[in-house]
Amino acid sequence: MAEQRDTEQITFSDELVKYIETWKHKPGNLIMILHRVQEEFRFVPREAADEVARILDVPLAKIYGVLTFYHYFKLTKPGKYNIQICLGTACYLKGADGLIEEIENLLGVSEGEVTEDEQFSFESVRCVGCCGLAPVLVIGDEVFGKLTKDQIPGIIAKYQ
Amino acid sequence: MAFTNYILVCGGTGCESAKADQIYQNLLSAANAEGVHETVQIVKTGCFGFCEQGPIVKILPEDSFYVQVKPEDSEEIIKEHIVKGREVKRLLYDKSESKKHARVEDIQFYQKQFRIVLRNCGFINPENIDEYIARDGYAALEKVLFEMSSDAVIEELKKSGLRGRGGAGFPTWLKWNFTKQVDSEQKYIVCNADEGDPGAYMDRSTLEGDPHSILEAMAIAGFTCGADTGYIYIRAEYPLAIGRLKIAMEQARAYGLLGENILGSEFSFDIEIRLGAGAFVCGEETALLASLEGNRGMPWPRPPFPAVKGLWDKPTVINNVETWANVPMVILKGGEWFTQIGTEDSKGTKVFALTGKIRNSGLVEVPMGTTLREIIYDIGGGIANDKDFKAVQTGGPSGGMITKDYLDTPIDYKHLQGLGSMMGSGGMIVMDEDDCIVDVTKFYLGFTVDESCGKCSPCRVGGRTLYNTLDRITKGEGTMEDIDKMRSCGYAMQKASLCGLGQTAPNPIMSSLKYFEKEYLAHIKDRSCPSGRCKELISYFILADKCIGCTACARKCPVSAITGERRKIHLINQDLCIKCGICYEVCKFDAVYVG
Ligand SMILES: Cc1cc2nc3c(=O)[nH]c(=O)nc-3n(C[C@H](O)[C@H](O)[C@H](O)COP(=O)(O)O)c2cc1C
Ligand code: FES
Repeated sequence: MAEQRDTEQITFSDELVKYIETWKHKPGNLIMILHRVQEEFRFVPREAADEVARILDVPLAKIYGVLTFYHYFKLTKPGKYNIQICLGTACYLKGADGLIEEIENLLGVSEGEVTEDEQFSFESVRCVGCCGLAPVLVIGDEVFGKLTKDQIPGIIAKYQ
Repeated sequence: MAFTNYILVCGGTGCESAKADQIYQNLLSAANAEGVHETVQIVKTGCFGFCEQGPIVKILPEDSFYVQVKPEDSEEIIKEHIVKGREVKRLLYDKSESKKHARVEDIQFYQKQFRIVLRNCGFINPENIDEYIARDGYAALEKVLFEMSSDAVIEELKKSGLRGRGGAGFPTWLKWNFTKQVDSEQKYIVCNADEGDPGAYMDRSTLEGDPHSILEAMAIAGFTCGADTGYIYIRAEYPLAIGRLKIAMEQARAYGLLGENILGSEFSFDIEIRLGAGAFVCGEETALLASLEGNRGMPWPRPPFPAVKGLWDKPTVINNVETWANVPMVILKGGEWFTQIGTEDSKGTKVFALTGKIRNSGLVEVPMGTTLREIIYDIGGGIANDKDFKAVQTGGPSGGMITKDYLDTPIDYKHLQGLGSMMGSGGMIVMDEDDCIVDVTKFYLGFTVDESCGKCSPCRVGGRTLYNTLDRITKGEGTMEDIDKMRSCGYAMQKASLCGLGQTAPNPIMSSLKYFEKEYLAHIKDRSCPSGRCKELISYFILADKCIGCTACARKCPVSAITGERRKIHLINQDLCIKCGICYEVCKFDAVYVG
């Protein structure tokens, strides 16, 4: 067993354990496994990283090296609804920075932060591939395109 | 019973985001309700390309092209069009003109296009292998396995003149041949689907619309170079494409087109999907391989080239999605056929994601040699909102800006490079008079600074220096020396950076300094931003002769900086104004002036 640390223990679901088992001996598996971990927790908690280090028998430093290199991996818990604003070129030209201002004003948080009630977090992303709909905002699976600033309050209200 | 009608619903990411799936589901249930489900086949396809007008529904055999369809239109489409045989006029693309003009081939957006890569996008159901096979899918693989030697494949590719579509334009045959010639037990085939250029989605659409073409091409390369394993490295941000690839791989295995002894031959080949995790530099081939190995995506200096020493030190062929999509066609129709399309040094077609301030944004595939003007004006319909064209950027953050004077340049590798830009992967971003060149350049530099892996100092330090300088200029704190400094810093980065990211990061600066020096000077000398974009350099005024005193601006101003009585001229208090631009947006009388 791994040395007991004063942080909370974490349990991996059976599916996650099984997934890790199938990938365990494949070369270059770390990123795939971390993706699966993030899918389960919506971010990669420190305890989960510890657990992966233990199962794969790789140094924790290596895992954090990878986690911090890639934008996709999150180290802190996002809000219940994570609002993504596209800051790809097409969206930028069509005023995505204005949308960001509007959201910051409305939610009172800046990029990467979570609202106090943990309902919303917000981040900017680079091109979600719907440039024809620029500027674009994504919440979960829902994509809102051809947006103007004044539509933002209505969209957020839908989730409140 | 045979089908008498086919309904094709665009299932590309753009249309999908605009509820294409709901449209598809509604069409299915309406067809059931009307009892026509046995005479009409409803298929969800890949991207039609005409994203501006999405969601798109096309009906065969009439070739009716319905645009901006909503889920609630589904019932009418079935009841009117399918049951009664009457087109739903209000949904046709060109309602104003005679009926004939609704046909796909009459739509100007498609007229200058020529589809090789996107040949199946918008025609087949990408989740059904039979539809791919019905359009000659896997015929090239069969031909290669049973009628061609690996040398003959290389020869055909060489004859075709196919060059890599991922950016650098390296001859595909040469790369394959390097790997083929290395003596090694294990070799790998890799598909680069990391598409990192922000504002580009060609590869995504190809994978979503025609995943089998990539699998087939990779198997052909496996046979030719002697590899039994392939990897598709794809952005995790592309769930739809990943899902369709997985389905395609399962179906191909079930049909004996992937796996052991493909089609009963001696040749075995299989493919695995590996996910990227949002790092632009991982599109660079050596960084990509580092990431595939499960590490931080740091590039390594070449040589050795991956073709000789790549994934886990084994010879590795790595090509871009679009390059792969060309391969089956080159094999089937012959290299000779391919050379008839395109220009002297660039054969075939190129797919572009046309976006920005363009009337018809979308995905276009044109023969190499088509001019920028044809793409922007004939296909793209010109600049949106009747504004003036300012510049077009090809090659994304690694490319350069091209001005009005060069719109008649034929697009190919050589000409774009000659203009200080590059082909890149196919992003084409159009800017209009409202876009500030310095600001856009700063945006690009901000991107490359964010995405620099930090391994080499020219890129890490140089990029940051350039960004900071641009930032100062947009705030009115630039000096004339800054211009020369940026040029020499950019030059050093081009020469000394480890990988393509740092080497090309200064391109937006170098090209905009060349073509738009005046705009830089306006920011530096006059402390003004001619496009009215850089907040620190602009002020909003109300024009006395135009203001009618409607109070719209005063009511909307978030900081109550505007005063004035109804029907009297209003005034902006410059000390309070935060330059949010809301007054400018709400004024219907053009009375707010930015200067
Ligand atoms: C910073 C950087 C980013 C790149 N991004 C991509 C990319 O997103 N997709 C791609 O196919 N090639 C990309 N490339 C090019 C690859 O390094 C490589 O040339 C390409 O995958 C080779 O395939 P091709 O010969 O078929 O073009 C990038 C290169 C650099 C320097
Ligand atoms: S730039 Fe925003 S979706 Fe592509």
